[in-house]
Amino acid sequence: MTRDEIKDIVLEIIEDIDDEAEFDDLDAEAPLRDQLDLDSMDFLDIVMELRKRYKLQIPEEEYPQLATLKSCIDYLEPKLKDVAA
Amino acid sequence: MSFVKIEEVDQSYDVIVVGSGLGGLTCANRLAKAGHSVLLLEHHFKLGGLATWFKRKGHIFDVSLHGFPYGMVKTCKKYWNKAIKESIVQLKNIVFDNPQFSLTTTFEKNDFINILVNKFGISQNVVEDFFDTVNKMNFYDDQSMTTRELFEKFFPGRTDVHRLLMEPITYANGSTLDEPAITYGIVFSNFMNKGVFTFVGGTDRLIGMMGDELVANGVTIALKAKVDQVLIEDSKVCGVRVGDKEISAKSVVSNSGITNTIDNLAGRENFPSDFLDQFSKVKVNNSSAQVYFGIKKGETIEDVGDLLFTSTSDEFSSEEMLDMESKSRTFSLYYPKTRPQQDPDYTVVASMNASYENWADLDDEQYKQAKEEMIERSYNDLERYLPGIRNKVDWVEAATPRTFNRYTLHTKGTSFGTKFEGLDVSRSIFKVLPGLFHVGSVGIIMSGWLGAINYGVIVANDVDGYIRS
Repeated sequence: MTRDEIKDIVLEIIEDIDDEAEFDDLDAEAPLRDQLDLDSMDFLDIVMELRKRYKLQIPEEEYPQLATLKSCIDYLEPKLKDVAA
Repeated sequence: MSFVKIEEVDQSYDVIVVGSGLGGLTCANRLAKAGHSVLLLEHHFKLGGLATWFKRKGHIFDVSLHGFPYGMVKTCKKYWNKAIKESIVQLKNIVFDNPQFSLTTTFEKNDFINILVNKFGISQNVVEDFFDTVNKMNFYDDQSMTTRELFEKFFPGRTDVHRLLMEPITYANGSTLDEPAITYGIVFSNFMNKGVFTFVGGTDRLIGMMGDELVANGVTIALKAKVDQVLIEDSKVCGVRVGDKEISAKSVVSNSGITNTIDNLAGRENFPSDFLDQFSKVKVNNSSAQVYFGIKKGETIEDVGDLLFTSTSDEFSSEEMLDMESKSRTFSLYYPKTRPQQDPDYTVVASMNASYENWADLDDEQYKQAKEEMIERSYNDLERYLPGIRNKVDWVEAATPRTFNRYTLHTKGTSFGTKFEGLDVSRSIFKVLPGLFHVGSVGIIMSGWLGAINYGVIVANDVDGYIRS
């Protein structure tokens, strides 16, 4: 998967969690939590969805790496590089 | 899949959930939606655990509906469905009445700040600083400060302020001033967000809708199915035994109390000694006692508030609140708006904190007598808000920690799970006995309706990770 494809996946998952999320002014390097009003339960949902879709196991201590859109993509890129979009 | 008899369930599932409290129900729903085959077993003849109700003489009595934080809206939308979410409405009249102060509040942050500043004369800065401090608390923060110390720091010597801040939380989760301050901060901040909410249609409608959702998502449910044992092979969980019937599973989620889970369902012999050392420090929380009043059909009562925190005790004291003869009780008033789909019904539920030990050893006659005295004290207190109420009531009965023990099987009839140490044990149980998970009220913060549901989601994520690994 390319970085752009991973970005689309992450945004799609967030939209499933919160259908009122607005991505127009999203700053990729600022915390998603503040911009989209996500809480720790929402991040748990993202982790569970990634596991369901790609069998990806993200240990609890690595959750902070999902903080921003950019850090999500950085973190997921090597893990999803061989996965077809 | 649907409600079936225990004799009709399949031989094998991905997950068996033992117990159908809000934590167990939510965990089951989440795992079914994630694509796993789920069997839900409940010993009682209905779902819900302590989120329950009962019918008497045309009345429906809600045992634990009382009021929950705004966070339930988002939680129900995400982990249940839109219809459940849309039935959540605010309770706007929360009343405090005790020798130190009497007031009505919406229990919203702005209203509370206003009360603390204008009625209690606390400076705006101190109040805001207090709210900031509790808002920032996390469960993994330092636990050395107690709630008593937190209150003394911000409001030294102000036992009236301590009472205002603490009393509702003591009723909500059985905590005292000597618990870690973080447990207070987390629960108080949840409530202080946007006020107190309830479910239109009552507990029976909510649990019915949850049952329908579970069935729609493919969960198999068997009621009156008491699990006797969690089966373990090669140091791993492999299923459960219900009477003579064995059912295999990759994982078992126990929504029975943590003490029941380790002592009775799995057996201590299956855990390493350092884990058992940690477990031995877990303290079971206290229980509750309640008195239920049903108002004669055709009679009405005045709207005197939705939730009344009342006491005739001079000051707040956790010990006083646990006493059998406590002068402190909450009245939950259920007006016809609670169940607009039905004939108008008024009920009042008085709730007290209670200790199992005080009730456990009474003989039949003493027990009956103690219940009657509790009913009498509750009547006397209720009369102060609803004069003449005795003549309007056509059903009254009491529940005690023994009643809670009978219906939930919880150790010592606890209605609030465990104290703080229980959280770590609950969260780490699958690391020492692979395949076994626990969900339920633990650690004070994972308590109440919202805490239990959210904890169900957290544990579902652990189970999903285990099954897919």
